[in-house]
Amino acid sequence: MSVLVYTENTNGSFKKSVYEVVSYAKAIADSLNTSLTAISIGDVEQSALTALGNYGASRVLNVSSDQLKQFVNQAYASVIAAAADQIGADLIVLSNSFSGKGLAPRVAAKVEAGLADGAVELPDVSSDNITVKKAAFSGKAFAITELTSAKKVIALNPNSFELRETGGNTTVETFQPDIPGNDLAAIIQDIVRTTDKVTLPDAEIVVSAGRGLKGPENWGMIEELADVLGAATACSKPVSDAGWRPHSEHVGQTGIAVSPNLYIAIGISGAIQHLAGVSASKTIVVINKDPEAPFFKVADYGIVGDAFDVVPRLTAAIKAYKGN
Amino acid sequence: MKILVCISNVPDTTSKITFTDDGTTFNTAGIQYIINPYDEIALSKAIGLAEGGQGTITVINIGEANTEAAIRKALATGADEAVRVNAAPRDAWFVAHQIAAYAKDKGFDLILTGRESIDYNGSQVAAFVGELLGIPSVSTAKKIEIADHSATVEREIEGGKEVLSIPLPFIAGTAEGVAEPRIPNMRGIMSARTKPLEVIEPIEVPVLSKITRYETPEPRGTVTFVDAGEVEKLVDLLHNKARVI
Repeated sequence: MSVLVYTENTNGSFKKSVYEVVSYAKAIADSLNTSLTAISIGDVEQSALTALGNYGASRVLNVSSDQLKQFVNQAYASVIAAAADQIGADLIVLSNSFSGKGLAPRVAAKVEAGLADGAVELPDVSSDNITVKKAAFSGKAFAITELTSAKKVIALNPNSFELRETGGNTTVETFQPDIPGNDLAAIIQDIVRTTDKVTLPDAEIVVSAGRGLKGPENWGMIEELADVLGAATACSKPVSDAGWRPHSEHVGQTGIAVSPNLYIAIGISGAIQHLAGVSASKTIVVINKDPEAPFFKVADYGIVGDAFDVVPRLTAAIKAYKGN
Repeated sequence: MKILVCISNVPDTTSKITFTDDGTTFNTAGIQYIINPYDEIALSKAIGLAEGGQGTITVINIGEANTEAAIRKALATGADEAVRVNAAPRDAWFVAHQIAAYAKDKGFDLILTGRESIDYNGSQVAAFVGELLGIPSVSTAKKIEIADHSATVEREIEGGKEVLSIPLPFIAGTAEGVAEPRIPNMRGIMSARTKPLEVIEPIEVPVLSKITRYETPEPRGTVTFVDAGEVEKLVDLLHNKARVI
């Protein structure tokens, strides 16, 4: 039994969620008394690969070829399965990112592994059947899932595990498996990044607003508050349905589920579908002029007040605090 | 163009989720079931593509007899025929095998499903089916345009999108933006009664995982209110007490 972790790169560098998943995989490897190998696919600088040792990967398989410069789930799954076979890994860990969601089932099917995606904490490895707590019912519940197969795949939700710097060394090796031609049918034409700021699923702080803002022209103050906090912006379903904000910002049961340290909800009443998507947030602040808004029932801190009055003053107060 | 749309039957989004038998069983009492909202987007996209005699739509569902209301609704919305694989949908691995077993010799040009179901949130079926059939898959598609034998698909990524060119056939999990949800009209509802609904038995699939029990999130403590005039106090609490800024 050894553990393999896939380290997804974004434009050639690793985001925080990668170090989370490496820290997580290292903690599992330690409890299984085995070592952790990372696999990186695409062009990543040597220094970034070596830095994976800080989080416990004692070996890095580096796959860098022209065919695999950009993510194609079919081909990447073949490479990861080949690597698992080569090093004899029975457990493969990756991030439950958008790419991870497209990749994990393909990897699991190739090695006939049970798959637990959306893991939210360390698994129980006390028996051969690893047991994983995973998010289900869009944040309304957790499903405790037992992986009964010999090989196993776990996909970790972002912001679910802390970074653990172990400070170890790593060796980087070139790995060059054969890629079946059929795996390269999908071709990436373009990658469009709509934000150069922190992205919503990875954000540690999220500033979210709803219909209480009255119109898209009023989002300036939400963006200002997000900027001073280094936060991502989000919205409720009625707001994205009305086209005030893009669908990718819609948090809730039929949007995305987030798990930041701090979720600030402004002018959102707190429908059950929205609450489902934010229940994994560590701290929730609600600002709403209606003291009866259901959101206050699940909030840690609340301000009853008009967003147009409170938000600019809150932004100023945070600026002042950050200035000290 | 032959299109297969995979739909699942899920608890309505307003459902309170509870469990019985020591947290081992999902409590279905009082739960209203609906077609998974993302699968409705897949169906609506398929209807748009097939309009004007451009194609035929088969809907597949893995479920016991009680899912037929959802299947009839899909037929009423605009699918031409339906297949129900007569089994409880144990997990995504099982469901994907049933879909792949049905689809493998039918010559579908396109398979669509929702990007995830809102109950188990696996987002697994599209990629599993893709792998089992050896075709490309896109797990979170925001836009799909078909021209000749190829498609341009926009895929959601963190902080943006990726534009892919994919040859048919392939499978996509659809997200918001792919199509506006359609609702059945009276003519559709009338014709749905006579559209074919075939029931087939499942294939055997090895068990690789099982859910042993469920938990619900810990209730939060009571809310601490801060006066609207004292936002500095909130900043202090977030820094010194919650330690999140």
